[in-house]
Amino acid sequence: MRTPSRSMPLRQRPLLRIVLASLWFGLLSLPLMMELQAPYFGLGRPLMVSVVVGLVGLLWWLASQWSERLRHVVARVVDTGGSHVRQLAEGPGRRLLYALALACAVLIPLGLNRYYIDVLTQVGMYVTLALGLNIVVGLAGLLDLGYIAFYAVGAYTYGLLSTRIGLSFWEVLPLGALLAAIFGVLLGIPVLRLRGDYLAIVTLGFGEMIRITLNNWDSLTRGPNGIIGIARPKIWGFTFSNPIHYYYLIVAIVLLTIFVVDRLNRSRIGRAWTAMRDDEVAAEVMGIDLMKTKLLAFGLGATWAGLAGVFFAGKMTFISPESFTFFESVIILCMVVLGGMGSVPGVILGAALLVILPEMMRQFALYRMLIFGGAMVMMMVLRPQGLIASPRRAIALRREDQARSAVVKPASERLGLPSRGERKRGTP
Amino acid sequence: MLLQQLVNGLTLGSVYALIALGYTMVYGIIELINFAHGEIYMLGAYMGIVAFSVLTTFHLTAPSSGATLFLMLLAAMLFCGACGVTVERLAYRPLRNAPRLSPLISALGVSIFLQNFVMLAQGPRDKGFPHLFIRGGIDFPGGRISSIQIFIMVTSVLMMVGLQLLVRRTKIGKAMRATAQDKQMATLVGIDVDRIISVTFLIGSALAAVAGVMVGMYYGLINFFIGYIAGIKAFTAAVLGGIGSIPGAMLGGLLLGLIEALGAGYISSEYKDVFAFAILVLVLVFRPSGLLGADISKRV
Amino acid sequence: MALLETRKLSMDFGGLRAIDTIDVTIEAHEIVSLIGPNGAGKTTVFNCVTGIFAPTSGEIRYRGESLVGLRPNQVTARGVARTFQNIRLFREMTVLENVMVGSHCRMKAGVAGAVFRPGAVIKEEEEAVARALDLLRFVALEEKADLWARQLPYGDQRRLEIARAMASDPTLLLLDEPAAGMNPQETNALMELIRLIRDRGITVLLIEHHMKVVMGISDRLIVLDHGVKIAEGKPEAIREDPTVIGAYLGQESIGA
Repeated sequence: MRTPSRSMPLRQRPLLRIVLASLWFGLLSLPLMMELQAPYFGLGRPLMVSVVVGLVGLLWWLASQWSERLRHVVARVVDTGGSHVRQLAEGPGRRLLYALALACAVLIPLGLNRYYIDVLTQVGMYVTLALGLNIVVGLAGLLDLGYIAFYAVGAYTYGLLSTRIGLSFWEVLPLGALLAAIFGVLLGIPVLRLRGDYLAIVTLGFGEMIRITLNNWDSLTRGPNGIIGIARPKIWGFTFSNPIHYYYLIVAIVLLTIFVVDRLNRSRIGRAWTAMRDDEVAAEVMGIDLMKTKLLAFGLGATWAGLAGVFFAGKMTFISPESFTFFESVIILCMVVLGGMGSVPGVILGAALLVILPEMMRQFALYRMLIFGGAMVMMMVLRPQGLIASPRRAIALRREDQARSAVVKPASERLGLPSRGERKRGTP
Repeated sequence: MLLQQLVNGLTLGSVYALIALGYTMVYGIIELINFAHGEIYMLGAYMGIVAFSVLTTFHLTAPSSGATLFLMLLAAMLFCGACGVTVERLAYRPLRNAPRLSPLISALGVSIFLQNFVMLAQGPRDKGFPHLFIRGGIDFPGGRISSIQIFIMVTSVLMMVGLQLLVRRTKIGKAMRATAQDKQMATLVGIDVDRIISVTFLIGSALAAVAGVMVGMYYGLINFFIGYIAGIKAFTAAVLGGIGSIPGAMLGGLLLGLIEALGAGYISSEYKDVFAFAILVLVLVFRPSGLLGADISKRV
Repeated sequence: MALLETRKLSMDFGGLRAIDTIDVTIEAHEIVSLIGPNGAGKTTVFNCVTGIFAPTSGEIRYRGESLVGLRPNQVTARGVARTFQNIRLFREMTVLENVMVGSHCRMKAGVAGAVFRPGAVIKEEEEAVARALDLLRFVALEEKADLWARQLPYGDQRRLEIARAMASDPTLLLLDEPAAGMNPQETNALMELIRLIRDRGITVLLIEHHMKVVMGISDRLIVLDHGVKIAEGKPEAIREDPTVIGAYLGQESIGA
């Protein structure tokens, strides 16, 4: 290791940088953290910040000294982990794997108490929400910050129809999903022409408008008091009451979501979404109707939020606008981003982590959101593609036999032009 | 009634304009919606209180003197400027060539972080702002304009004029305009683009700090959550005027303040925030370039 | 009837006239080159024809039907496909998928089809894969079908763009500087490829700076300068045309 000489610029003197950075953050935190009335003006707290920043910087630096490639190693471990998951999920043994996962999902809760079952049910709800948002953000590349509004639409649809007209859960479930989809399309129409970041702000605005309306339209929604006494789901005389009943219901909903989202992703529509995300102009020139494709993404994304909303209302039997804040939209977005945009297993992992980790960190409840915000920045800076980067579709696996089966005649023959044998290769 | 609403609207509008300038300048240069800008404004308000209590606890200045107010503003500007530059350095600069979504999400993270930092450091409850210049005002037929309102409007105008002079007349302003037009070209002619971006964050954050202190004085209460709504409204103002355009941000801020005050006065105060969003949506849909902005819907 | 014709086609950008009353006629089964110095307005013509820009004035007729006011995807659906000067592949998709996106407008599967995947949809997908592979074979990229588009070397990316454009079953193919950045060997192969495309019954209109390509394969040349058509005719005639030489003399040499 070289000893930095006095004339070296700042950026090449890492220890000095660390010291300066720690002092800087101590200084920045000083004004808001000190207490004039406390002994020593409460300078201990900013000092702590300084020390923590310094230690983190030092650790970071030591790690990078110990192995310059540590970061790459970590990245590779995560990558191979991700690709193993991917291969397992797509390899020949995938049916077995799915069956195993399903068996786990069905059997594990039997040995858990109500609290854990409740947490798992939450995971399920957020998986549904995140997979829905994944269609809009991950696949179609449209940043939607008002996604929670569609969740609210689903929840209030059931809340109102149940308490006012007495419709049953099962009748409202498809209705709520449909209504959310319609809202998705309606809100999508005016924003079709907007670019990424404008779209984000406008969807945020829509989300807030819906929440404010729910809060103030007393005659319909009872405002901030919310709707109480929503009927629990019933089926053939059996009423859902135990957490485990809801758990199995959400497992079913999640399975449906995964199935549909996966099939959409692997279809002509999924290809169009990805193409649009990569390059809108090129996609349109390739014959993709941007308007239709975007609206499909908005509508099909909102559907799942509506479904989850109906479930939420049926489970809680009480809803109020408080549950549908901008912050919820951000959390769901984080699940998508953390797990890996566009990747179904990634999004499931992201949702599970972001529900379970905060539950485990209850003793740090105060610092939870602080860590959360910091983690979002770190994630973007260090690993923007998420934990399990989006796999491209596995056409390759099935491609061989299809190519041989040659269902259709090649284009050249259809056009009545020279056949394959006569044609020369384009390049040597 | 109408005159009173106009006065209130202009007061609010000049605050929106000051915050909007930060959005518009940053967007003009790096095409990023700095979601954390509202939190910088919130930090400014808190810094105002801190500066006041330091000054009065140590009897440095008389509590209600102009010097106190000046030092409060100065402290808030310096503090927020430093925060803004740090945020850019840590959360945005590493992402300058990343896909568009990444810096946006990073900005959301910064926003959540700062909100919670202030909540932890200063407590979740509303904080009372020191009562400065609370008395006095001018009565006119049909309403009253308080001394604070006059102070807010005058200060905002001074700030905006100062900013215009800075951008139009000085070397650094020229460099900023050059960077906003074409970063690569600016680098080629020897402009340190990173430094210009830092300066932009510094100025934008300092303006937001002034807005924060003034709003604290106006309403008398602040909390860690005021940055969110103010940020969105200021962004709306920036878009309304034409994002990237400095005069546009000023015009947009004033217009938004007026529309809101009139809407709250004549239609319904509960839906006050809905007006801002509705305007935002309407502007973006029908005239995405804003009132004074250049056409941004370029393709290919 | 001409396959494509423009009448007095003009396009302004904020007071600047990029192309000025251009009349172009393309007959079926031709290879026509659009040449001219940089900034002559060649790509603007492409952008107008493919619906990316709405022309300020003038008319564009394809098989007698006006293309003005159509969205790019509608133009593609009518049988006009194109490539881009600055390659615009879908970088996050595989080579094969890129080509399959090209056949988007020739496929029908909707949401229900995607979710329930009935026999017809499976068959349609299989056909799309087979056709995409056939096109990849045609441009000699078959072995690279499962790579990411962004992994391909430059010349391959250019040919992939051609395959992707051909997947929409065009009658008219617009190629925007297909030889840019290619080495001599690749360039020769490209010329051969363009002839083969024409032999498939596809009319080719290309923008190209590479004079060897232009002179080697074109049936006809159209020369633009400063947004105005200054000459039109057989390659041999254009080579001798004093106006053309004059236009180029101000610029780089014609043999570049």
